[in-house]
This record gives sequence, structure tokens and C-alpha cells, in this order.
Amino acid sequence: MLLQNEIKERLDRLLITVQKPGRYTGGELNQVVKEWDSVDTHVALVFPDIYDLGISNLGISILYETLNQRDEVLVERAYCPWEDMEALMREENIPLYSLESKHPLSQFDIIGISLPYETLYTNTLNLLDLANIPIHAHDRDEKHPLIIAGGHTTFNPEPMSDFIDAFVIGDGEEVIHEIVDVYRGWRQDRKTRHDLLTRLAGIWGVYVPSLYDIEYHPDGTIKSRAKKHDGAPARIVKRIVTELPYPPTHPIVPSIDVVHNRISVEIMRGCSRGCRFCHAGMINRPVRERPVDEIVEIIQESLDNTGFEEVALLSLSSSDYTNILSLVDVLQAHFEGQNLKISLPSLRIESFSVDLLEKLRTSRPGGFTLAPEAASDHMRQIINKPIPTEQIIQTTREIYQRGWLTIKLYFMIGHPLETLEDVREIAELCKKILAEGHKVIGRRAKLHVGVSTFIPKAHTPFQWVPCDDISQIEAKQALLKNELRGPGFKLNWTDPWDTMLEALLSRGDRRLGEVIYLAWKNGAKFDAWQDKADRQAWEDAIEKIGVDAAFYTHRQRGQEEILPWDHISSGVNKSFLATEYRLSKEGISREDCRNQCYGCGIISNFGELKKQIPATSWKCPETASR
Amino acid sequence: MQRIRVYYAKTDDLRFTSNLDIQKIWERTLRRGHISVMYSQGFHPQPKIQLACPLPLGMTSTAEIMDFWMEAEVSPIEINSRLEKVIPPGIQLQRCEVIDLSEPSLQTQVLSTIYRVSSMDGNFEPSMSQKTQALLEQPSLERTRRKKTYDLRPMIESLRLVDQNEGSNFIEMQLSARPGATGRPEEVLDCLGLDITEVKIERTNIVTITSA
Repeated sequence: MLLQNEIKERLDRLLITVQKPGRYTGGELNQVVKEWDSVDTHVALVFPDIYDLGISNLGISILYETLNQRDEVLVERAYCPWEDMEALMREENIPLYSLESKHPLSQFDIIGISLPYETLYTNTLNLLDLANIPIHAHDRDEKHPLIIAGGHTTFNPEPMSDFIDAFVIGDGEEVIHEIVDVYRGWRQDRKTRHDLLTRLAGIWGVYVPSLYDIEYHPDGTIKSRAKKHDGAPARIVKRIVTELPYPPTHPIVPSIDVVHNRISVEIMRGCSRGCRFCHAGMINRPVRERPVDEIVEIIQESLDNTGFEEVALLSLSSSDYTNILSLVDVLQAHFEGQNLKISLPSLRIESFSVDLLEKLRTSRPGGFTLAPEAASDHMRQIINKPIPTEQIIQTTREIYQRGWLTIKLYFMIGHPLETLEDVREIAELCKKILAEGHKVIGRRAKLHVGVSTFIPKAHTPFQWVPCDDISQIEAKQALLKNELRGPGFKLNWTDPWDTMLEALLSRGDRRLGEVIYLAWKNGAKFDAWQDKADRQAWEDAIEKIGVDAAFYTHRQRGQEEILPWDHISSGVNKSFLATEYRLSKEGISREDCRNQCYGCGIISNFGELKKQIPATSWKCPETASR
Repeated sequence: MQRIRVYYAKTDDLRFTSNLDIQKIWERTLRRGHISVMYSQGFHPQPKIQLACPLPLGMTSTAEIMDFWMEAEVSPIEINSRLEKVIPPGIQLQRCEVIDLSEPSLQTQVLSTIYRVSSMDGNFEPSMSQKTQALLEQPSLERTRRKKTYDLRPMIESLRLVDQNEGSNFIEMQLSARPGATGRPEEVLDCLGLDITEVKIERTNIVTITSA
């Protein structure tokens, strides 16, 4: 295998022959380079898609900065090469290498992979292969790196359990240090890889899939899940940080144009709205906010260190940030005249949101984005996103009145209990909104409608319900395509097949490991790229392995059934999810749980932690302390 | 208002950063250095930054030039010292100077650029000298680039193999760089039978109306 200097030499010659070679060089502002031999633990952080997307991943930049602060540890980065570069690497025997020092990834001790969405799975296998690391966890031994993964998909880790040694469930800032500590202790003791895995299983928030055996009923559902080792917990509770740690303020500044050229600051983690379809809203509880003055300080430091021209204030629901108005006022005053673009995503549908964005508006406004998710009052009761239709129309009218020409609305089709009539209401609502726009500003008014397809996700109240099948989705999309045409409209939708793949991977169990492996062998990669996803590769794999995809995607699951992800705890209890599911069928919504606690489980599961911090740190109401 | 000219080198990994992205890098560098660049008017205000002449991807340069405009009057020494603190990897600051506001735009002042090409494998064969000579003797060199046919020959102002001490050598070429008549070094190298993966190319000079 090529060594670091040989890799460098080949790159020097060959990078000029690929597209956008700046993806593969490293050397950006704020990258951290340490002497390889000056540390004893080498960590590679990997985002399994191309540099252009991965470089702005906030999770990776948090871990990069926090781990690099340790003297005994160095952290470097790797991303997927694009097709032309992959071909070149395979042809020239260049293994996947780190951008900082160009060491082959196989020489690192720990490889941490970010898995925020399921369509990165085949890329992950491809990366291991490019790194000359055995793809299956059971083929790796003491001389191979430890492969860990974190991110939202790990709340159902089972489909990837053949390939990942240990999954991190939940917040990564603290647990990553414990993993490094355990690794260093293990290496000092010179024990087996199995010993390392059992030690890791003892860390709160770490799941080691190889320490469990699954048995199935003849009908394919799960019969039991047995521990193979005493040290493995029966239930893996997600990791949380009690308060948001101070984030990185030295993010890497890419030397080439990437998808998001900006500073990202998380203003709030978690969401108290309780939308029943929302995976992020369920798994990121409790709500933790960052103080206004800290946000300003972080932005100022990050600007001084990067020179970026844009800041994104990240949260699941900006409008719910307690001091949102004061935050916006302070930012506006502090950064006035600096040509800084400040973006505030995920705003509630109310005129106050228009006030907020008006304050942040610099030059010509772009689009104003809102997500009603469903078009009728009834359907929004079911999914627990109750906003009166009249309020939606009134807010959008105001947006057009106050200078925006384009509104983007996000809807989902495929909600539980949805009929074609409900879908028709999406079209009706959009027509009304555009008509209002035409009244206010004439033909300049535009309405972009994004319609995705609902996938019932693990750990949500809808985890038991089936996904629409392709013909149902197609019928609903056909209706919308037919209705929403004409000047001013632009309609986007998700390809039904892409939805099916994501549904399969997010609702599956560990028997899907074989399918993922074979699909990758058949050539599947870049599944998240519409023009790259290789359907045939997946369909052949599903057929060859003999998996019934509909068993995972279209089957109503029973309340008593052991779900593939039941041993992973998001801190929200299954009984709470079941109650929410029942209420949805009754068309009953429940308001923001900041005002009233519904006992989701966070307080009972993490009560001890809550006692150690100020009472107001979590946005759970006082009455909930029981 | 004042206009500042910055001379700098572009090295290392930054050779794979395109001209447009270099402009962005300067924008951010100036922002980090708390140097308020002026912005254009209009719907999409852009910082007033001009680069002299695009450097093809993969090449380093010891001779890049940039102009920018700022509202405040700050001495070049002060600008230089602020920039020094925030200059990103791959850019080496050489000097800054104040330029007359009435000077024509930097791009229009460029006449030609000089490149120094060295071999990745050590040295070029001595016969390279004859090859360069033979190329210069051609009355025309018809080339096709991006489906357009053009004559490369008139754009080659000079081309020669230069022998250095200790037996090492390099190719030096001066190519015209005027609007609509910009010679690309890799086109010349191709005529000499050299592949882009066999050489290192560095720009060593931008010849402008004033410097010429």
C-alpha cells in the first residue's frame, strides 16, 4: 500500500486531471495539522459524500475542534471522492487519505463517520473499500481502525450494524472524548478487538451491535434480542449534553466554492412543538437554548476567524427560541453595515415571522420559506401542526405585501389517514395563496411548492404506520402536477422510488445489511444524488437476498411488536409515542409542551441530570419535575 | 476613497483554487483584516476587487496582482500589517501600494504573462531546446480548444529552454494576455509533446502597460 509521501507525490501529478481538484488537497484556512508522531491517537472524521457537501457539516466541525484541542490526539478529515477522482484513485492505487497529512485512512486509530441520512450508507461502504479497510466489522482485527458512526440515522442503527463497530446515539460532544479515552486505555492493555468493543459498550450512549443476537418469528418480526456479553446494556439510552457546549469558532474555510459558504451557529437544540411526523423533534429532546449574548460572541469570533459573508442560525424551530426578537434586534444592531447575510430558517407561519425576516433583510429579498406540511385544518390536527388555514393565507399575503416576490411552501403527502381529497386541498390552498399574491403585487408573485413524501420514522408517534406505496404516491403526485401548473407556480416533488429506498433503510432491521452490501457491490453509491442513484443495483440486491421490501415499508406494525430500534432509547418513552399516535387518529392535537408537560419521558429518564443544572436550562415546564 | 494594489504569490494547495474562488478568498481575507472594501451599487452589491489576469488551475505564481477600493484612507503599511495577520495558507503577501483612482482597470493593463515550466522528473532532455526553436519557426500553429479553432503562434512572444547551474533546466515562455488573445501554457506544452501531469508550471511575471 502507498505511504503518505507516495500519495502526495501522485496527487501532485494527477490532481490536475480531475474536476474541482481543490476538493482533494486540504490546506484550507483553519485546518489543524499536527506532527503525526507527536500524538498517540489518530482520529479521522469522515462525511460520506463529496467535500462540497461535507465541509459545512456542523457535527464534524464541532468534533474536529474539540478533539484537536487534546495534545495526545490529532484529527484529520476525509470525504467521498467524486466519480472521476474515485476512478483515478482505483487506477493509481491511491487509497482514501486524509486531507491534512495525506495519510491513508487505514493508518488511523479511530474513524468516525457522520450518518445524518440513510442514503449515505452505500457511500460509507465505498469509503471503507477505498481505504482498504475490511467492510464487514467481523473481518476487522486489532490492526484495523475502530469504525464508529454518529448522526440522526443511528437511532435505528440496525441496517448498518454489519459494518460499524460502535454507534454513538445522541449528542456527540462529550461521548467522543470518552471513546478516545477508552480506546487509549485498551491499547495500553494490548487486549483483543472484542475486548475493546465490550469496553465501548459500557459508555453511556454507545451501541455495539455485535454484542447482541436477534431472533425472528416465522412471520419475519423480531422474537427476541439477547445480549451476548454481560457488559452490554439491554437498552441503550441516548447521550445528551445538559447544556449546549461552546461551539467551534474556527471552522475550516474552504478554498473552493461549496454548497454552504457560511458560519453555522446552533441557537437551540431540540423542539417542543411535538409534530408527530418529525424525527428530529422527537430524538433531540430536551430543548436547550443558547443565550443571546453567547450567540453574538460566537458569531463575532467566527467572523474574525473566517471572514465568511453569511451566518445561519440553526435550530429546529427558530420562532420558538425564547428571545428570538431580542436576538434579531441585537444581531441587526451589532452587524449593521457589514454586508453580512443572516439566515433564520424554520419560522412559524405567523406575521411575527415576517417582522423578523424584515429586520434581517439586507438587499433584495430572496424567497420566503414556510412549511405548513399539510393543507387542511383536519390533517394538521392529525400531524400535530395546528395552524388555521386562514392564518396561512393571511401570513403569505403579508409576505407578498412586504416586498417578497417568491414564497416557498413545503408540504408532505402520504401522512397517515390521508386521502386524495386531502392532497387536492394542497393544490387548492396553493392556488388561493398565489391568487392573493396576484392581487397584492400582480404577476410578479411566484409560489414554489415543494412536496415531499412522508416516511414514518423510528421513535416518532407514527413509527407503526405504513408508508404509501408507489402507486398511491404517484396518484397523489399526478393530482398535484395536474393542478399546480401555470404561470407563477413551480412544483417540486420527491421521486417515489427514492422515498421507497429511504423508507426501507430507515425502517429496516439488521437483515438489510446483506442488501446494502450487495447493492454497493452492484454499483450503488451516491444514493442521495437523484441522477446517480442506481435503482437496478438495489432492486437486484433486494431480489437476490430475498427481502420483502414491503414488509418493512408498507406493513402496519402492531403495538406489541418488537421494533428493530426498540432497544435504542431516545429518552421519549414508547408509551408516550403510542398515546400521541392514538390522539392523532382521533384528530386531537396537543400544544407546545413548554406550556404543559405531557410526560414524554425526558424528565423521568434524565431527571438526575436535570437536577445538576439551573431549572431553566431545559425548556420543560416546572410542573414537570416529578 | 482609495485604491490599493496588492502584489502576492499563490502557492501550494491554492494552485487548485480557481480565479473566482481566489476573489472570494480575498474578500474574506480583507474582512478578517477589518479592511472595509467598497461595494458596488445595485441589487447584488459586490465588493470592488479586481484581479489582474486569471491563473489557470494547477499553476502557482510568484507574481499576482489585485486591486481593491476602500472608503477610508489607510496607509499601505497599515494595510500590509493588517493583512499579514490574516493571510490564508497558500497566499504570500509581497507588498501593497496606493494607486491613482483614475488608472484604467487592472485587466486592461495586462499585455502578457511569463511562465516557468519545470519537469516533475528532474530535467527536460537537452533536445527540448531544438523543439522550442522549431516551434517558434512555425508560421502558424492551428489549435482547437473547446471546439474553437485558433492560431496559437502569434500569442507566443518568447519560448526557450533555460539551463541553470548544476545542470538543471526549465522552459520559459512569454504568452500574450490581452482580451481575446490569451495564450495558455498547456497548449504550448502540448505542442512540445509534454503532458500537464509531467510538469510544474509557475507564473513569474505579469507584464502590464506600466511595467513594460
